[in-house]
Amino acid sequence: MLILDKLSKTYPNGMHALSDVSLDVATGEIVALIGGSGCGKTTLLRLVSGLEAPTSGTVSVDGEKISAPHPAVGIVFQEPRLLPWLTVAQNIGFGLDHLPKSERDARVDEALLRVGLSGYGPRWPRELSGGQAQRAAIVRALVARPKALLLDEPFSALDALTRASLQDHLLGLWDAHRPTLVLVTHDVEEAVALADRVIVLQPKPGRIFAEIRVDLPRPRDRLSHDFAEAEREVLAALDGSLTPQQPAKTGKAQAAGWW
Amino acid sequence: MSEAGTLDPARDTASDTRTTSARRRFAVSGSTFLLGLILPVSTALAYEAAFRLGLVQARLLPPPSKILVTLWDLARSGELATHVGATTLRVLLGFGLGSLAGMLLGALTGSSPTARRLLDPTLQALRAIPSLAWVPLFILWLGIFENSKIALIATGVFFPVYLGVMAAIANVDRKIVEVGRAFRLSRSAMARRVLLPAILPDFVVALRSGLGLGFMFVVAAEIMGASEGLGYLLVDGQQLGKPDQILAAIIAFAILGKFGDWLLVAGSKPFLSWQDSHSRIS
Ligand SMILES: Nc1ncnc2c1ncn2[C@@H]1O[C@H](COP(=O)(O)OP(=O)(O)O)[C@@H](O)[C@H]1O
Ligand SMILES: [Mg+2]
Repeated sequence: MLILDKLSKTYPNGMHALSDVSLDVATGEIVALIGGSGCGKTTLLRLVSGLEAPTSGTVSVDGEKISAPHPAVGIVFQEPRLLPWLTVAQNIGFGLDHLPKSERDARVDEALLRVGLSGYGPRWPRELSGGQAQRAAIVRALVARPKALLLDEPFSALDALTRASLQDHLLGLWDAHRPTLVLVTHDVEEAVALADRVIVLQPKPGRIFAEIRVDLPRPRDRLSHDFAEAEREVLAALDGSLTPQQPAKTGKAQAAGWW
Repeated sequence: MSEAGTLDPARDTASDTRTTSARRRFAVSGSTFLLGLILPVSTALAYEAAFRLGLVQARLLPPPSKILVTLWDLARSGELATHVGATTLRVLLGFGLGSLAGMLLGALTGSSPTARRLLDPTLQALRAIPSLAWVPLFILWLGIFENSKIALIATGVFFPVYLGVMAAIANVDRKIVEVGRAFRLSRSAMARRVLLPAILPDFVVALRSGLGLGFMFVVAAEIMGASEGLGYLLVDGQQLGKPDQILAAIIAFAILGKFGDWLLVAGSKPFLSWQDSHSRIS
């Protein structure tokens, strides 16, 4: 449903951030993008969200080309970016201005409840902890019911315990309407815990290095042997992506054959 | 252990802390007010005492009691109200016109780089001219009565407001603007829901410096020729050799200016309660 076709991006300063990235994401699928810093993960999400225009290539959602922010695609940034002058509830309802007030309030209340923030609606964002603020930011994007949600390292600023709990929150939220999720991360455990498919990116210029399917049933047991195995596989690909002379590989079978 | 563990009866504690902190803030602002009075009041008392003890010659600097009596006489005869009214009206008109123009042009140059390149150099050059240099021209163009005075005040108010608004808009955090873009806000919705609230704190500061300059220029305008106004009271006191009247007018200026500033601060406070600054300046 989300199709990236030979996306390339060269910034005005000459930085070749992405080169020929093609990806096909199915409805309801969770895809994790992983890669070292500077390999174009944020750039990729900005292109998909329509906040930035690609130098060449196209992004389409359900056959519709994306050239500007689109109602079917929501985005959660690396920082919560709550508007400090709105209460938590107003922030969550920020994208629902077109709905009647009753509908808006109902959605916001439900969202607050779902992420364990009920009672925090009338508070200011400055009164929230980092994890609470990021949960509010996630539901702010989700209450608008996008078909696809992009998340740019949403939990990277949080401690490990909070991160694991927020990953579970995210899966719970995803389960309600099953939007397509594209999640950028640099955390292998996070990628394996959440994704159906892990895409490993390679830097300079950013491109797809390897693709790893994670066929573990949910809920996933982070301590299981299979989980560790999948983590090892992603880690190995990540290692390879950072060694420039390694030729690019795609697909699990191919990658396995190479080793 | 999860984050959600901090849930508890959040709403109750929230409203609780809010009322107690409001009460505390009130008490703090009261004691701050008294603290601010210590220096002027003790100076006045000390001078009064020195005068009573015959330690100072009071011909050029009358004692506080004499100034207060003069103020009281001016107030009782209704003269003070006339002068304060005239000055206030001029400041209001000049401040209104100057800040409106500053706001509009600042918004234009702040939000459009093209407009900034086109207009800002000229405006900065005009800003470099001491505003008083315009007086002869304003008098030639607008006459010696109210219009030239208000034009002068408006000129003084314009520049700080213009600069403040332009800088505030140009400096709005790109990350916040992107949230608006991601939700596909129209231009007007972006201005109303994102830019305006984002610049409000800086805007209030710009208005306050504008108002300060407004009072500065109303004095200049009234000193140069007026038949009423606090500035007239100053000149009149000088010509008649009445330092107590001059000081009474100065005190009236201080109170009026402080009150105007307080109005701006108090009026904007409800809209700025979201701010997360380590100490709010008032
Ligand atoms: N606005 C920009 N202008 C110029 N270069 C940029 C810009 N944004 C990112 N880059 C560059 O593009 C590359 C990819 O950046 P980014 O997408 O942020 O990587 P990641 O999110 O994977 O860390 C980096 O080398 C970065 O310096
Ligand atoms: Mg990034």
